[in-house]
Amino acid sequence: MSDDRHLDGNAVGGLLLEIFGHEMTAELGCCGHCGAVNPIAAVYVYLEAPGVVVRCPACATVLLVITELESSYRVSFEELSWIQHTKS
Amino acid sequence: MARAAIQRRLNWSIGEVVEFVDESPRVRSLVITSPGWVGHLPGQHIDIRLTAEDGYQAQRSYSIATPEEDDLLTITVELIEDGEVSPYLIEALQVGDQIEIRGPIGGYFVWHEALGGPVQLIGGGSGVVPLMAMLRARVRTGSDVPFRFLSSARSHEDLLFQNELNGIVSRDGVIVTHTLTRSHPEGWSGPARRVDKAMLEEYAWPPDHRPLAYVCGPTGFVESVATSLVEIGHEPDRIRTERFGPSGR
Amino acid sequence: MAIINRGFRRKREVGAPPDRVPPGQYVTADFPVLSAGPTPRIGWDEWRFTITDKKGTGKSWSWAEFRDMSSEQVTVDIHCVTKWSKLDTVWEGVSVDTLLTYIDDPGTHLLVRSYGGYTTNLPTNDVTGGKAWVAFGYDGEAISPEHGGPARLLVPHLYFWKSAKWVNGFDFSDHDRRGFWESYGYHEYGDPWLEQRYSGD
Repeated sequence: MSDDRHLDGNAVGGLLLEIFGHEMTAELGCCGHCGAVNPIAAVYVYLEAPGVVVRCPACATVLLVITELESSYRVSFEELSWIQHTKS
Repeated sequence: MARAAIQRRLNWSIGEVVEFVDESPRVRSLVITSPGWVGHLPGQHIDIRLTAEDGYQAQRSYSIATPEEDDLLTITVELIEDGEVSPYLIEALQVGDQIEIRGPIGGYFVWHEALGGPVQLIGGGSGVVPLMAMLRARVRTGSDVPFRFLSSARSHEDLLFQNELNGIVSRDGVIVTHTLTRSHPEGWSGPARRVDKAMLEEYAWPPDHRPLAYVCGPTGFVESVATSLVEIGHEPDRIRTERFGPSGR
Repeated sequence: MAIINRGFRRKREVGAPPDRVPPGQYVTADFPVLSAGPTPRIGWDEWRFTITDKKGTGKSWSWAEFRDMSSEQVTVDIHCVTKWSKLDTVWEGVSVDTLLTYIDDPGTHLLVRSYGGYTTNLPTNDVTGGKAWVAFGYDGEAISPEHGGPARLLVPHLYFWKSAKWVNGFDFSDHDRRGFWESYGYHEYGDPWLEQRYSGD
């Protein structure tokens, strides 16, 4: 995708830490559309929007959308089919 | 203990600026002390939150430039023309001022000795900041993991940490290469163009060394370099990337 | 617990008459680019715009056909849900009223579709009566891809997420189906003067 308007999962590390109470950038995520597996740090993140749109770096399918509402964050799950945490 | 550490990382805490260091005409480091800081790994970042008198808030992320050292952490901020936060951090803050910080954040774009090497660091512009934390950590611990460092800057005056890098080259056997993309001084003997496959083949660890590569900088830079690394034979799984936005992140 | 950072302020805010600034908004001289995904790059030769009515009948335009239609220049204020407003923006476009002369029954609602997959929903009444355009020009020039070119919807009386970029078509029906941001918690209607940002507001 030739487009410079995205960052990556590192840019929402703080937001994910706040929502999930756990460092999320090293977790693996699987795209339900194309099957690509990537650490959350490597997914594409569009921050310049009314919400955070998280897309698969391989096929651009929306994995998650995080919207900041009045007094909450909503995480909407789209094509993120699983996440995986390495045992410590 | 782990739970307390998580709580400390999740919540906003106060950092106080104790020193400024001018790194280049447009780049300034802020040395911050944060009582109760839980420590951090090289490559991690903090989030900073500024609040205006009318309640307006802005948040930005900045990589920590230094390895762990008690309650101290340094961030290196590039002045963004027409920026909202960087001009305030660089031009308005004074020693003794307090800012809200959160972190450390990041579990993937980190290096510590257990990850081994050899390590290839490639930074564009202020993307060199988290890489310096990694390099400084390696130097301080006396680790013998082999490192190479390639940085890209627009001009000679934009190069960061020059004296320190020269010292590391001579003492610690780290190979450092700088490329200048817009202008270079007369007599410049290094490369003078954007990072490309030929430059990686000449200066970076060869693929058969299976280096752990860290690439950081603006999105376009990171993607071009990562693609080039794969095209010359590096394993995608051994390339870690961090993209910075135009406003610092 | 937030400490106040003396001297810190929002950048490039400009003054404006209060009656032109909806609640919670500030006026900017910039034109921020917001995107939910990669910028579609649609050539004029491949661009199509299609409207379908309740019965599934409709009309499709190529770029040449679309640009052949009568268009008008309008000056409007726009208000983004992310709190910036921009006053006196000048656009050129085809009124949606003109497009609707080509279908029989526009029903009660429409779903707007864009290249790249973005959608948004509107009541039919909010795109008729001179309230909406499919715009191809901004400030005297072709709309740039990052701002939604070749063509975007322009519905200035609602929050600007309703003014879908890279517009590709309208599906009319008698049902209100939530579009992209509406599915993620934003308001179904989005009147900036009632500050309808989130669903339930």
